[in-house]
Amino acid sequence: MKFMARTSRQPEVVSTASDAAIEVRSLHKSFGTLEVLKGIDFHVDRGEVVCVIGPSGSGKSTLLRCINLLETPTSGKIWVSGQDVTDLDVDIDAVRRSIGMVFQQFNLFPHLSVLENLTIAQRRVLRRSRTEAEAVALTNLERVGLGDKVTAYPAQLSGGQAQRAAIARSLSMGPDLMLFDEPTSALDPELVGDVLEVMRSLAAEGMTMMVVTHEMSFAREVADRVVFMDDGAIVEEGRPEAVLGAPQHPRTRDFLARVLNPGHRVSPPDGHA
Amino acid sequence: MSTTTTARRTGGLTRRQRIRLVRGVQYAAFLGVGLLIVVKADWPRLSHDYFNLAIARQLFPDILSTALKNTAIYTAMGFVFGLGLGLVLALMRLSEVAPYRWVANVYIEFFRGIPLLLWLFFLGYGVPTATGAQLPGQPYSPIVLGLGMPAAAYMAETIRAGIQAVPRGQAEAARSLGMSSGQAMISIVIPQAFRIIVPPLTNEVILLTKDSSLVAILGVTVGTKELTKFGRDALNQLVNPTPLVIAGLCYLIITVPLSLVVRRLEAHNNRAR
Repeated sequence: MKFMARTSRQPEVVSTASDAAIEVRSLHKSFGTLEVLKGIDFHVDRGEVVCVIGPSGSGKSTLLRCINLLETPTSGKIWVSGQDVTDLDVDIDAVRRSIGMVFQQFNLFPHLSVLENLTIAQRRVLRRSRTEAEAVALTNLERVGLGDKVTAYPAQLSGGQAQRAAIARSLSMGPDLMLFDEPTSALDPELVGDVLEVMRSLAAEGMTMMVVTHEMSFAREVADRVVFMDDGAIVEEGRPEAVLGAPQHPRTRDFLARVLNPGHRVSPPDGHA
Repeated sequence: MSTTTTARRTGGLTRRQRIRLVRGVQYAAFLGVGLLIVVKADWPRLSHDYFNLAIARQLFPDILSTALKNTAIYTAMGFVFGLGLGLVLALMRLSEVAPYRWVANVYIEFFRGIPLLLWLFFLGYGVPTATGAQLPGQPYSPIVLGLGMPAAAYMAETIRAGIQAVPRGQAEAARSLGMSSGQAMISIVIPQAFRIIVPPLTNEVILLTKDSSLVAILGVTVGTKELTKFGRDALNQLVNPTPLVIAGLCYLIITVPLSLVVRRLEAHNNRAR
């Protein structure tokens, strides 16, 4: 962990190829000798909802975590709202303020009440007054259907409620775009629906979203574009009905067959169809 | 002959009978030793030497108003100093800046490795001998440094372990809300770390309470005597060991409640996990 590092320097505006919300170019990421991302070119336009699918270990979460620099890219460039976040002179805290992030494990702060979870960053980072921060928090809790959980502590929430509270916490910072890292993977099946409903309404409101998910029906219904990743590379992308309905690449077909018909093996385990 | 019947016939006892026999023998031995002590001990002599009420009465109220109070004050001062410095050392050990880690490591290994008594001699006699002057801030400075600096070494390791026990996702969530690493540490990680380490820190207070007896070697006046010194002086004056027994009981007044607190907190933490 960095020791009280803080950059106040404002970087000059860096020009990008497009005015995309997220622009990633030839991104490589290695953990030691393990190459997790092998040259990713990727973008998310403003207002677009992009779902990233793929087998576990394909690098989709790492790609998402590179975008707000929770992982440091080994090489390559990433622009968020036109700012080069890989530039060391960029105030990364300021960039992260504009990016909402939702984790698989929720990561609510267990020592704070739901309301405090939503207000602490508003007050510490955005310097909002308590009254203002609480008003924003209450609006967002209502929005995700948790208006009655204001004084509860995270341990008292179900997984679905915790994840909705986490979404509300991100929304309270007024982000320009939202990153979702397998937001429903840690939930009991009957709790998934509420979280997807919140995400669906966010998408309908025009929020820019990048969603790493295993929920194929959500991707089909909500995504403007689906990206299939395998083995650290983007294999196939396009409209959801194209990628999910008529996949071109055999790896995509194989993956979808396994996800959509669990238990029904389409190809032998050693890989030859 | 089947195995089940042989097992039942071993020594002519069933398993149940054998358990009863072993337990009965232990209770009988315990009772026997207890009775022997009660019968054989020279009770009038023991109570005159160690529980002499006439002697004990002369110790009050000074043993409480001066000695117990000073023990508590020295312990508290050592603890507060140690906690503050320990937190700094813990953060240094976790720093990305290597020299901070080196300094903290050397400090921690040094103070964990040398006897407290040697360190107290150094502060009380070594420094004045070399410089020809006492440390400024008498009489408290050698006590605070004497107890606090070694305590900081132990507490640093406890605090570091506590910080590392907070899941990584907590800091990641804080950072992705735009908090700086310092803000994330102060508002999110450290409060949770302290919850985890309250039991071991309370143990540290118990150890410090007992270690405070060693400050007697710094040379104390009537007003600055703590329990052990007070008991020893009273032993010499009154030529009876009762003061030492009473002083011992006074330590237990501090340490036993703390022990009980630790046990309850540990039970609580185990349940919460």
